[in-house]
Amino acid sequence: MYAQMIKSEASQDDPEKLAAFQARIDRGEKIEPKDWMPEGYRKTLIRQIGQHAHSEIVGQLPEGNWVTRAPTLERKAILLAKVQDEAGHGLYLYCAAETLGISRDEMTEMLLDGRMKYSSIFNYPTLTWADMGAVGWLVDGAAIMNQVPLQRTSYGPYARAMVRICKEESFHQRQGFDVMMKMCQGSEAQKRMAQDALNRFWFPSLMMFGPSDKDSKHSAQSMKWRIKMNTNDELRQKFVDQTVPQAEYLGLTVPDPDLTWNEETGHYDFTEPDWAEFMEVLAGNGPCNRDRMEARNRAWDEGAWVREGLMAHATKQRAVSVAAE
Amino acid sequence: MSDLVTYLTRLGDNTLVLGHRLSEWCGRGPALEEDIALANTALDLIGQTQMWLGYAAEAEAKGRTADDLAMGRDVWDFRNLLLLEQPNGDFGRTIMRSFLFDHWHLLMLRGLTQVSDARMAGIAAKAVKEVAYHADRSAELVVGLGDGTEESHRRMQDALDRLWPYVGEMFIGDEVDAATAAEFGAPVPDMLRAPWDDAVLPILAQATLTVPDGAFAHQGGKTGARHTEHLGHMLTTMQWLHRAYPGANW
Ligand SMILES: [Fe+2]
Ligand SMILES: [Fe+2]
Repeated sequence: MYAQMIKSEASQDDPEKLAAFQARIDRGEKIEPKDWMPEGYRKTLIRQIGQHAHSEIVGQLPEGNWVTRAPTLERKAILLAKVQDEAGHGLYLYCAAETLGISRDEMTEMLLDGRMKYSSIFNYPTLTWADMGAVGWLVDGAAIMNQVPLQRTSYGPYARAMVRICKEESFHQRQGFDVMMKMCQGSEAQKRMAQDALNRFWFPSLMMFGPSDKDSKHSAQSMKWRIKMNTNDELRQKFVDQTVPQAEYLGLTVPDPDLTWNEETGHYDFTEPDWAEFMEVLAGNGPCNRDRMEARNRAWDEGAWVREGLMAHATKQRAVSVAAE
Repeated sequence: MSDLVTYLTRLGDNTLVLGHRLSEWCGRGPALEEDIALANTALDLIGQTQMWLGYAAEAEAKGRTADDLAMGRDVWDFRNLLLLEQPNGDFGRTIMRSFLFDHWHLLMLRGLTQVSDARMAGIAAKAVKEVAYHADRSAELVVGLGDGTEESHRRMQDALDRLWPYVGEMFIGDEVDAATAAEFGAPVPDMLRAPWDDAVLPILAQATLTVPDGAFAHQGGKTGARHTEHLGHMLTTMQWLHRAYPGANW
């Protein structure tokens, strides 16, 4: 999931208004931008949607890393289309967040100076072509787990953005799986690449769902507001249950010696990711945090003259059309 | 190589080389809308490459595929215009390069929709719609940035000055052009200069940019006689994976 550890804000609002707001949510009504909403609801959503949007944008980098080295024209085209979709997701989500009274530029500045986060997963490097398969299969797969329920979230613009995004994400996941299939049916070197990609992306993918429920302080309020639909552990379990048979089908080994099917629960038992590593990644010490932020900052700084130039031109055009009236 | 194969290879190498160059921008554009547009244009061009080089490979009849041509040839076998292999530079140079090419490309494709070879005409008919959009978009950016701030104007003028010596090659015909013109009614490059000037010069004027003096034209891309040093580095990246694992299926 692209939003992790979203701190929810307590609300200082009028208790009667709060109760009426909660009743609307409990009835399953959608909250729209012009409706009254508690300040905490608004702020938490900005943080959550903003983080999700930033993840789409930063997420272009690990895949962009292979666009210029894609092994065939068709793979190059598919990867370009995917990266373009992700940028589009970023755009829808920034638009959804803007309905809450914050601008895209403000959110961008907050990403660039570290006040806002993006998903920890994009701080891991993509080292071989098989990583393009693993990212689609596992990362888009984990994102879908989280985003499908969010199509029913209480905030209207967010729910509608999710509907559009989910369709494309499941397409990405199938394409990622297809890359893995080709590798697993290929040469020894390709199989080795595929296994290596799973080894490196398995635990970071499990981390995408955020800390274990017992350590997740902010879930209760967000779940009451229906901006978080399931707990972190529920989604993680669902992801493991879905993904393990897929790995078996590919002939790959999930890098968890303690992974076992539990007849009683009807779920897989699995090893939790290393939460100390997760906290380090969030603190800026993942393998690629500095590279990613440098790349985004450079793009933004080097693009300043373009944005300013186009704005200056638009202003001149407006002046001309006003003068003509 | 038959004239048809050479002709198709030139078309496909143009779209491949520019498509690749644009894909180098991935995730690094000056604004989200530009990231999307650059990826989209690159995607169109790679799609056109699949069609042109796919046809070239079939016409060649040596059992090669479009991928073999794209990933397996060395610099001297590439037949793209020198303009397109020039490095991206800043966003202004990237857009100027596209602008100069897009309007030539559009004229070329319009002509190709009329040729007697049905397959060539079919590919052109599909591509021409995409390229009409590329040409509109690059023109809009050239005007916006040329007539924007002092800095954006200076950068666009620099880009135009830097790339201008590569414009002429687009309009220099050779025996391959003459043969395909005679056989299929394909457009003759020399004849495209006047309509290109008609399309491009007013836009440059609107962008408040000064067209450089001088008609000097670097040549050697479309004939393959002498590429620039840049193409080899591009191919090193683009072809590395394909070449490192020969015969692999991806
Ligand atoms: Fe996405
Ligand atoms: Fe995706």
